Amino acid sequence: MPVIELSSVSRAFTVTSRVGLRRTRREVRAVDGMSFTVEPGEVMGYIGPNGAGKSTTIKMLTGILVPSGGTIRVAGVDPSRHRLKLAKRIGVVFGQRTTLWWDLPLKDSFAVLQKMYDVPLARHRENLAIFVELLDLGDLLDVPVRQLSLGQRMRGDIAAALLHDPEIVYLDEPTIGLDVISKARLREFLAQVNADRRTTVILTTHDLDDIEALCTRVMVIDHGHQIFDGTLSQLKATQSAPRALVVDLATSLPPIEIPGATVTKVEGPRQHLTFPTTTSAAPLLAQIAANYPLVDVSVSEPTIESVITQLYTTAAS
Amino acid sequence: MWIRSSMAYPASFVLMLFSSMLITVMDFVAVVLMFSHISSFGGFSLPEMALLYATASMTLGFADLITGSIERVGERIRTGTFDAYLIRPVPAFVQTAADGFALRRIGRPLQALVVLVFAFSRLDVDWTVARGIMLVVSVIAGSVIFGAIFVLGAAFQFVSVDSAELANSFTYGGQTMTQYPLTVFGKEIVRAVTFVVPLAFVNYYPVLFVLGKPAPLGLPSWIGLLSPLVAVVMVALASLAWRAGLRRYRSTGS
Repeated sequence: MPVIELSSVSRAFTVTSRVGLRRTRREVRAVDGMSFTVEPGEVMGYIGPNGAGKSTTIKMLTGILVPSGGTIRVAGVDPSRHRLKLAKRIGVVFGQRTTLWWDLPLKDSFAVLQKMYDVPLARHRENLAIFVELLDLGDLLDVPVRQLSLGQRMRGDIAAALLHDPEIVYLDEPTIGLDVISKARLREFLAQVNADRRTTVILTTHDLDDIEALCTRVMVIDHGHQIFDGTLSQLKATQSAPRALVVDLATSLPPIEIPGATVTKVEGPRQHLTFPTTTSAAPLLAQIAANYPLVDVSVSEPTIESVITQLYTTAAS
Repeated sequence: MWIRSSMAYPASFVLMLFSSMLITVMDFVAVVLMFSHISSFGGFSLPEMALLYATASMTLGFADLITGSIERVGERIRTGTFDAYLIRPVPAFVQTAADGFALRRIGRPLQALVVLVFAFSRLDVDWTVARGIMLVVSVIAGSVIFGAIFVLGAAFQFVSVDSAELANSFTYGGQTMTQYPLTVFGKEIVRAVTFVVPLAFVNYYPVLFVLGKPAPLGLPSWIGLLSPLVAVVMVALASLAWRAGLRRYRSTGS
């Protein structure tokens, strides 16, 4: 039984722009005919360029926004219709802004949440102890939220979103603006929560390392349309992003000629080549070594950035 | 929580309460001064005016205490922080009303109570149990009507952000009006506050009934008894408007 089901969901916004005295109304479809399902326990990365419709989808899944068309089922209910009922079963983190109480110390925010979500006190204490330990919140509990740094606040927000044992958590850019160490710590924490509690995680991000570290499934959207859905390795495979080979020769030579590879750049004795993902690197190297004075070599795999950039460009054209 | 934060500085809280009471007391002093020159205003004597004034002030005071913060929803809509309310398992309405709950707003009902006691001590009314109940019920109904207007104003902000002042003209402005016998404003106004924005039902008609005075516009004198009904209708309207507002909510980018 999927925990999230979307069928041909759309959301349009009317944008009014004003040039001089003329007002024009234009309909923008932020999400257009989106259909997919998510199984319990999945960690899905939801990615796309700015304005692709990621946040709009998340907001429809939480019930904040009412879809203009199509149907959504989350944990068996229609989110916008049963928003309050659903709220107890989901957790939400908006990376861009906090959902905590600005002037209250973190521990008071947590106490308010325990009352709001009606979490049994014993369970609340147990969860809080675990999160304080894993997210290293011990010293921050007495600090008002407004005085926390971005990374500290984000840890607080994530703990807050998980305190009531939600079945699903939506993380909208949870690592935005964080330093490398904070990011790594958050990812580790999320992976652990998913493993321990089988919490379904939907994650939007621009940081592809988040995806590599966490996601069992990736969905790429652009202009409100789904352009890819599958595992990360499938994503890499579908795109024929070439592999790159850099060879250092003993002397400067004209571009070398090797069947199966093409030279893209020559920098003195260093030459850059590309070859398809389907070709093995070893025979290429053997040929080069046999015909040219080879000194050093390095092979690089296509980065997921390049794969995704390619995906966006092919989708756009 | 907000009660706690206002109690964090008790001296400041007492001063604030005192000053908010003082401001409203001065308001009534103006009425008393007016009566040193005239003996009747719109067919009302000073104690009768006091009753009208006290009920107007008390109903708005209660409504303001409970729902006064809701006008701040506009700012939350504009900045998108309203999102945070919508992911919680507590109605957004309750969270918005509770946000910035200001205990100092109790000053207005307290002052109204003082004026009410003054009115009772001077009024020449045969206080039957029925009249007493009628007065209590109409204060509750009146508070609910004002509260509904606050909510209607807030709901309108989902359509037009920054329209808080429109609702304020009916609530805070309405209160200034309802503390006077409405007939002094002329027939058109009386019609408007009877049939369009039913401010006349907040306290004017019920007070007319309690005092045994005839209703204007040839309306029956029992019209004051309808104020709970009007309150129910207003709540229904406000709740529909609020829901419609929530469905229209479009959040902000990202």
